[in-house]
Amino acid sequence: MLTVKDLHAKIGDKEILRGINLTINDGETHAIMGPNGSGKSTLSAVLVGNPLYEVTGGEVVFNGKSLLEMKPEDRAHEGLFLSFQYPVEIPGVSMTNFMRAAINEKRKYEGKEPMGAGDFIKLMREKRKIVELDQKLANRSVNEGFSGGEKKRNEIFQMAMLEPKLSILDETDSGLDVDAMRIVAEGVNKLRTPESSCIVITHYDRLLDMIKPDVVHVLYKGRIVKTAGPELAREIQQRGYDWIKAELGEV
Amino acid sequence: MQSEQQYIDLYNNSRRMLFGHSADAMNAVRDRAFDDFSRLGFPTRKVERYKYTDMEALFAPDYGLNINRLDIPVNPYDAFRCDVPNLSTSLYFIVNDAFYSKTQPKSHLPEGVVVGSLNDFAGKHPELIAGYYARIARTDEDAVTALNTMLAQDGLVVYVPKNVVVDRAVQVINILRSDVDLMVNRRVLIIVEDGAEIKLLFCDHAADDRRFLATQVIEAYVGNNAGLDLYCLEETHAKNVRVSNLYIEQQAGSRVNHNIITLHNGVTRNRTDLVMAGEGAECRLNGCVIADKRQHVDNNTLIDHRVPHCTSNQLYKYVLDGEAKAAFAGRVLVRPGAQKTISEMRNQNICATRDAHIYTQPMLEIYADDVKCAHGSTVGQLNDAALFYMRQRGISLKEAKLLLEFAFINEVIDSIQLAPLRDRLHLLVEKRFRGELSKCEGCKLCR
Amino acid sequence: MEENNDNNKGTNADTRQNEFVRKVAEQKYEFGFTTDVHTEIIEKGLNEDVVRLISRKKNEPDWMLDFRLKAFAYWKTQTQPTWGHVRLPEIDYQSISYYADPLAKKAGGEEKKEIDPELMKTFDKLGIPLEERLALSGVAVDAIMDSVSVKTTFKEKLAEKGIIFCSIGDAIQQHPDLVREYLGTVVPYRDNFYAALNSAVFSDGSFVYIPKGVRCPMELSSYFRINARNTGQFERTLIVADDDSYVSYLEGCTAPMRDENQLHAAIVEIVVKDRAEVKYSTVQNWYPGDENGRGGVYNLVTKRGELRGEGSKLSWTQVETGSAITWKYPSCVLRGDNSVAEFYSVAVTNHYQEADTGTKMIHLGRNTKSTIISKGISAGKSQNSYRGLVRVGAKADNARNYSSCDSLLLGSDCGAHTFPYMDVHNDTAIVEHEATTSKISEDQLFYCNQRGIPTEQAVGLIVNGYAKEVLNKLPMEFAVEAQKLLSVSLEGTVG
Repeated sequence: MLTVKDLHAKIGDKEILRGINLTINDGETHAIMGPNGSGKSTLSAVLVGNPLYEVTGGEVVFNGKSLLEMKPEDRAHEGLFLSFQYPVEIPGVSMTNFMRAAINEKRKYEGKEPMGAGDFIKLMREKRKIVELDQKLANRSVNEGFSGGEKKRNEIFQMAMLEPKLSILDETDSGLDVDAMRIVAEGVNKLRTPESSCIVITHYDRLLDMIKPDVVHVLYKGRIVKTAGPELAREIQQRGYDWIKAELGEV
Repeated sequence: MQSEQQYIDLYNNSRRMLFGHSADAMNAVRDRAFDDFSRLGFPTRKVERYKYTDMEALFAPDYGLNINRLDIPVNPYDAFRCDVPNLSTSLYFIVNDAFYSKTQPKSHLPEGVVVGSLNDFAGKHPELIAGYYARIARTDEDAVTALNTMLAQDGLVVYVPKNVVVDRAVQVINILRSDVDLMVNRRVLIIVEDGAEIKLLFCDHAADDRRFLATQVIEAYVGNNAGLDLYCLEETHAKNVRVSNLYIEQQAGSRVNHNIITLHNGVTRNRTDLVMAGEGAECRLNGCVIADKRQHVDNNTLIDHRVPHCTSNQLYKYVLDGEAKAAFAGRVLVRPGAQKTISEMRNQNICATRDAHIYTQPMLEIYADDVKCAHGSTVGQLNDAALFYMRQRGISLKEAKLLLEFAFINEVIDSIQLAPLRDRLHLLVEKRFRGELSKCEGCKLCR
Repeated sequence: MEENNDNNKGTNADTRQNEFVRKVAEQKYEFGFTTDVHTEIIEKGLNEDVVRLISRKKNEPDWMLDFRLKAFAYWKTQTQPTWGHVRLPEIDYQSISYYADPLAKKAGGEEKKEIDPELMKTFDKLGIPLEERLALSGVAVDAIMDSVSVKTTFKEKLAEKGIIFCSIGDAIQQHPDLVREYLGTVVPYRDNFYAALNSAVFSDGSFVYIPKGVRCPMELSSYFRINARNTGQFERTLIVADDDSYVSYLEGCTAPMRDENQLHAAIVEIVVKDRAEVKYSTVQNWYPGDENGRGGVYNLVTKRGELRGEGSKLSWTQVETGSAITWKYPSCVLRGDNSVAEFYSVAVTNHYQEADTGTKMIHLGRNTKSTIISKGISAGKSQNSYRGLVRVGAKADNARNYSSCDSLLLGSDCGAHTFPYMDVHNDTAIVEHEATTSKISEDQLFYCNQRGIPTEQAVGLIVNGYAKEVLNKLPMEFAVEAQKLLSVSLEGTVG
């Protein structure tokens, strides 16, 4: 699904990713953990092609295609989805128009006809249920006036609509209460298929109790410094990161 | 003084014809207007209110005029069929500067309401006209108003008597129709008496690919507790010059909604002067401009708060592409004693190219202390974070920009009270942004 | 009107307001005395001979005289501008004397060696001691009365670092090449009517040159005093900050109380080179005229800085409380890439004062950034206007401007106006302007009253709080004075 080789990236003059190596196979869920400022969000931003970051080295292959040369929208069309940590509000653009544009651009990329209005409305209705998203929210402008929990649910709703191959959930649990997190996690689990993969970026293991990862990585100072099974998340929850830093000879 | 001379000569040569074709009430102010025009001359760009449009240049070319009131062979009711769903307006036409009265819409206006030829009305009700005509549209301080007053022979009158509410919106289509380059001088008088209400929609269109120069003076008198919605949509073409001066006087407790929308034009200059003459009046002036190529749009507003307890609100939004040039200059004047005035003015602009130029000038002039006045003005680009968010969802950069521009302008469109017009405009604006309306194809709104 | 409908509430507030307005009206101008010193004043009137005479008196080289004559020739072709929101009468330029020298020897008398003790006393009284041992620590002063620089302190100490700080007259004699290189390059004499007039007849002012890489160790300051009757003051200041240098410059001014109006038409030019930084602060307290609008200084000033260098920085801060009429727009031309300009202003008008002041930010270089913070406070029957221009040129990619202009009205007979102009010719620019106009809220006043603070003092507090953003930008020594001045100018306003 995804192969990242020696990826370097910077923002402004500051180098943040210093040689990331990562392989994700079809159907796998990977968790990426790490202390604040270790580069987790940068990794997700670079993968989806945020122009604020500059890639200074390395390569990324996504389903056989080189990702780094692609425009952000084409990466999305290839099946890459990011659930943003801070989804932006877009006043005046209705959720409906927004989603219709997203769906139809993808269909165009795949050489298909635009979706009919009736089918589209049916699809919206169906997918809304997955994250229990209120009809009223769907009628508003994108993320405008949404609460923190509603924004995250809206992210998963869009994920359901677009059916990506690889989803990156960037701190999707931050700012959510227990119930909202359950809804979001259940939504993600419902969308899992043997062919689709997932990267879960998080500080804590709470979300990982609900979305079970196959592999857990620790990202620190722009590198993946430790990779293990789901038990690693539990251990970090109990012991923090200091012991990993100690292993690296830092503390 | 150069451009002026041809108009001075024209007046001197055709004064008799002008008088002969017009009602006494219109002729009564003609010579005075001529004197004022001769004295004022066209304003130079050193005159603050004309800083952004070169009037002399606009009026310099030699246009034909239809002073002898030759019949224009067209039946607009055949040429333009309205298919705006559910708008169900009462539809009228002004061809060049003459009210088209050979056919009339089937719908009936409430008893006593008049929508018709200004010249006819002035002939039948001189006493009514005399109290209003050329009163707030002062000829001694604006050369274009003076020019219009000295040359105008007809136009539109809208008269709504006391306490009559016109439910159905009235739509007036101004068609420019000519086989030669033409100047027209259109005059509009709107009288909404105490407690009366009306919604008016003016659409400007050019039916021929000729150079047109249109002057327009609209005077609107809104009585105590009366309501006026006035929507003006301009969809002409690049060879069209329009100079429109709108004067509104509001009495106590009255409400005015004014929307001015420029989608296609050559050069447009809109002056809007609104006077709060009675306490508790409210107005909302909204405008949007979508311009590209070499379009030039200049909106200039003055809201004159003369009495206490009035509220004014202005929102103008511009999206400029290509080599478009546009200006917004707004002035809110709060006179001594006009306490408890609330006034807000916002002007927001997006320049999409380097060659697009925007001039903005939001002014407050305040002589009373117990007021809340604010203005804000921005020039910027589309939100990068929003653009990226949309691209991540697979929406192309071009499409994402369109959606954001569309959303930006929608804040103005959404304030339109007339639902079918609002829906229709959403569509028109989107098409406009997509470049699907590369020029006016007659009446987009109505065909 | 409202008082009739709402008797109780209205009366209370009005009484308080009237009380306050009365107190403001009684406010005395602290610096209104005159100095009795022999002053040589040339004949009233302006013609080419007068321009030649001024140049001769100052023993100027030919190029300087040429400059003056060209400016004068241009001035004659111009008319007094009328666009400001001020009621400036047509000034009779022939009824003013263009040169007044309080240092001149009496006819037949001896050459003065020492400064007249009367002059020293005057500046002491103004709080500007000219003896270095008495001076405010860390402030060097160029003291100017009428047309002549009386003394410049700490000249030698500054010279050790290569800093030139002297009167412009001295600079023309001692550093002609520097003056010639920069004079009139930021404000050409064709710039406007008053700039042309100043260029023809300017008498004295300060000259500052900070060499490459030097941080000026003390605050430099000019103090302007008009003393003689029926004279105009036409000072000219030129500041050049070479690469990587820094200087903070202060300007203060006062004038005697006189019934007739006095004309002050100055030019300040600032050149900021690569990575250099200049802070220019003004506390303007010219005689504002009396409570009936009689007398006062016409303060018609052209101030402009050119940020020529890459990464250069210029900051204008002004506290304007004096003058009958102020017409002043300290401006910045952001020519160098990444240059940064700021304008912070508090303008207070009272009685019949009229102020039309603001700034121009002309963005020409890439990634340039400007900030405008303007606070207007009007009381009495005064008129207070902000007028500003932000222009973004076609090549000024990523230019940013933020402007905020607030007006506070104290009393119902004054006016507060905002005239911003924004011309944007670049699609990557972001320009934001916001403005509000309001009065001091009854809620705030009542809150203070409830805590035992009398209304008059509460107003002072609130106004100072309102102006704080600007006052904070002033160097310490001036900030205290400015704060005092604000309270004094407005003691007791509104309810």
